Amino acid sequence: MMEQSNEQSKDFGFGEEQELLKDQARRFIEEKQPLLALREATKGTEDPYLGEERQGSFDVAAWNEMVALGWTALAVPEAAGGLGMSLVTAVAVAEEIGRGAMPTPLTATLQSTFVLRQAFTQEANSQQAIQWLKKIVEGSSASLAIQGAAGCLELDATDVTATDNKLNGVACFIQDLQKVDFLVVSVKDNGRLKLFCVDLNAEGVRVSHDRIVDLSRDQGRVSFNNVSATCVAEDGDGVLNRAWPALLTLVSADIAGGCEWLLQTTAEYAKVRTQFDRPIGFFQAVKHPIVNMMIAADETRSLTYAAAAAYDSDPDTSHRAAHFAKSNASDTAEFCANRATQLHGGIGFTWEHDVQIYHKRVMHSQQLFGDGYWQRQMAASHF
Amino acid sequence: MAGQETAEQKEFRRQCRAWLQENRPPPTAMPLPQAAYEVTTQDHRNYLVDWQAKCFEAELIATDVSADYGGHGHKGLQQIASSEVRRANVPYFINWIGLGMAAPTLLIHGTEAQKKAYLPTIFTGEDIWCQGFSEPGAGSDLVNLQTSAVRDGDNWLINGSKVWTSLGQLAKYMLLLARTDKNDKYNGITYFIGPMEHEGVTVKPIHKMTGEAGFNEVFLDNVVIPDHMRIDEVGVGWKVAMSTLTSERGAAQGVGAVASSNSPFAAIEALIALAKKRKRNGRPIWDDSLWRDKLVKLYERTEAAAQNARRARINALNGGAMRIPLQGKVTGSELGQELHQLALSMLGMESSLYIGDPNAENDGGWMLGYMNTYTGTISGGSSEIQRNILGERVLGLPKSK
Repeated sequence: MMEQSNEQSKDFGFGEEQELLKDQARRFIEEKQPLLALREATKGTEDPYLGEERQGSFDVAAWNEMVALGWTALAVPEAAGGLGMSLVTAVAVAEEIGRGAMPTPLTATLQSTFVLRQAFTQEANSQQAIQWLKKIVEGSSASLAIQGAAGCLELDATDVTATDNKLNGVACFIQDLQKVDFLVVSVKDNGRLKLFCVDLNAEGVRVSHDRIVDLSRDQGRVSFNNVSATCVAEDGDGVLNRAWPALLTLVSADIAGGCEWLLQTTAEYAKVRTQFDRPIGFFQAVKHPIVNMMIAADETRSLTYAAAAAYDSDPDTSHRAAHFAKSNASDTAEFCANRATQLHGGIGFTWEHDVQIYHKRVMHSQQLFGDGYWQRQMAASHF
Repeated sequence: MAGQETAEQKEFRRQCRAWLQENRPPPTAMPLPQAAYEVTTQDHRNYLVDWQAKCFEAELIATDVSADYGGHGHKGLQQIASSEVRRANVPYFINWIGLGMAAPTLLIHGTEAQKKAYLPTIFTGEDIWCQGFSEPGAGSDLVNLQTSAVRDGDNWLINGSKVWTSLGQLAKYMLLLARTDKNDKYNGITYFIGPMEHEGVTVKPIHKMTGEAGFNEVFLDNVVIPDHMRIDEVGVGWKVAMSTLTSERGAAQGVGAVASSNSPFAAIEALIALAKKRKRNGRPIWDDSLWRDKLVKLYERTEAAAQNARRARINALNGGAMRIPLQGKVTGSELGQELHQLALSMLGMESSLYIGDPNAENDGGWMLGYMNTYTGTISGGSSEIQRNILGERVLGLPKSK
């Protein structure tokens, strides 16, 4: 079967530049302490029956700094004023976002960027895609609206239609909707799948927010009522299909970061929590599952960087590599969330402990763009 | 570490690849066992020693070792030679303990004289080595070993027994751990080069559950070992042993591929081929989503192991120098076991047919392979011990003992 292509670099294309950016992202997120703000923002909303309506937590000042640091522009092509960097670079930042469980539209914006970038590369009339990519460079954030109410994962799962560039219908499960400025919408137009960009302030757009479990994200649905929009890709199917591995890989990176946090936090807890006169990490019934968390997290991280490297330099293998990454990440998410809560005992089951925040975030990510079963079904067609 | 190979490395890779293609040896009359630790016959021994000697001459072994010790004196080329050997699907190197454990141990802890005396014949395969660590009462709890070494002038007198000794019946030397102080568990062990041909050494084969006689019991009755065959100082044997085991677990810079004749993907690809060929309910097994899910998952995890090796070389992404290398043994061996279990399920009743049965798929190789996966999960520190090591050394968890 497939040998690793000679086109791919041994180091995933992860060089000094990526290392510096990753370090910067890590320090930046640690400094912003997103969990503190998140705890503050969700106070009083705990009880699902009696609690208040939950507003998403979003540090706008931090977001503006991230834009100024160039993180939103990093994957935008140079032709649109961006830095034109690789998916591996974006993955390095997305991993840190996941490690910090930071509420931010950055990952959704990066995903939208990779879709628009594909449209720019592929479409004869790419000027429209460039206009929207320029907005991202200027600080606009974006999210993908490509699923219908059934939550199906096929490329043409949208319930939105277009006639003469007017959109109608409802798009669902849109990530970080409260935080973003525009949407990349997949749309059926006379039996063809196309991609449109829509400003959320446009006339006829109605936004409603889902009540979701994950505290570090928000999600919602948008109904379109004769909304004027610009088509950015006539071949929506082709563009979405080619960008798909990037979308999966970015979520995998978020999971890899989150699971590393769960691993390290659980290991630290096992060193300090004493029962039967010993730190619980002494006992192999605790030690060994923590090691299994590490093994799972490492598999995910390696497959994620491999998938990003494949996307950057060997597109023929990128679908299979991305399905492997997201399959592994989805299973790792479930496993690490499960073991982290279990090994923390009672405290890990409480609202008070940060483990619950990561538990919910990685399990939300587990389902994003399809869980392990789905990914393996998709990967099978590449054998 | 740079991602790109130098011109010299590229040229060397090309040479290795060409040589391996042209010099692949003809198959043996009786098929080789699945792994080097199961070799028992003189015919197989001679064939494999001859093959290793040729590979040494082609500079695939001891590539980066100084010429003073019988090596080829290159820099930065061993890794390339080893990767080409693994890729080429050629017979394994019989002296895997010599290459994988004895040579790294001697290079770090041996005297000049020892390196000059013992390394050259390890590389050529002329002298086969075995490992004398485990004892009947010292398996996972290795430090409990009781074989004694008592000083007698310029010599040592060795008494005790070793067990699970692969290649014991073919070996000239043993990596021997013996107790020099009964009152100090960790600082009472000394490391020797044990001569297998000396008087008082008795080797008795043990048949494994597969029926093969791949390993042995070794009895040591008043065996005399000269002091110049002691490795490092008296009492530091435990520390030296830990560095040997680090090499065994794949975490050290090697002197030659401890070649498996298969790429890590060979087994899973063979299993997928089987799933496409065989039918259940009138359809290929591969078309059944339940089976396919398991098969793709195994392939994905095999890929993860390969990508772990790629990531281990990038300091900024590997989480510490030992984190990924120390996982290799436990993940590789458990994955192999799972894979063989799935293969047996796929074969159904046919999995009951064993070597020699004319109707057995692959001459019973899947069942043989399945049983032999326990070599991987038990020897060299069982999976349970590996998890202790990972938890303690990588994650800093309290020592279980």
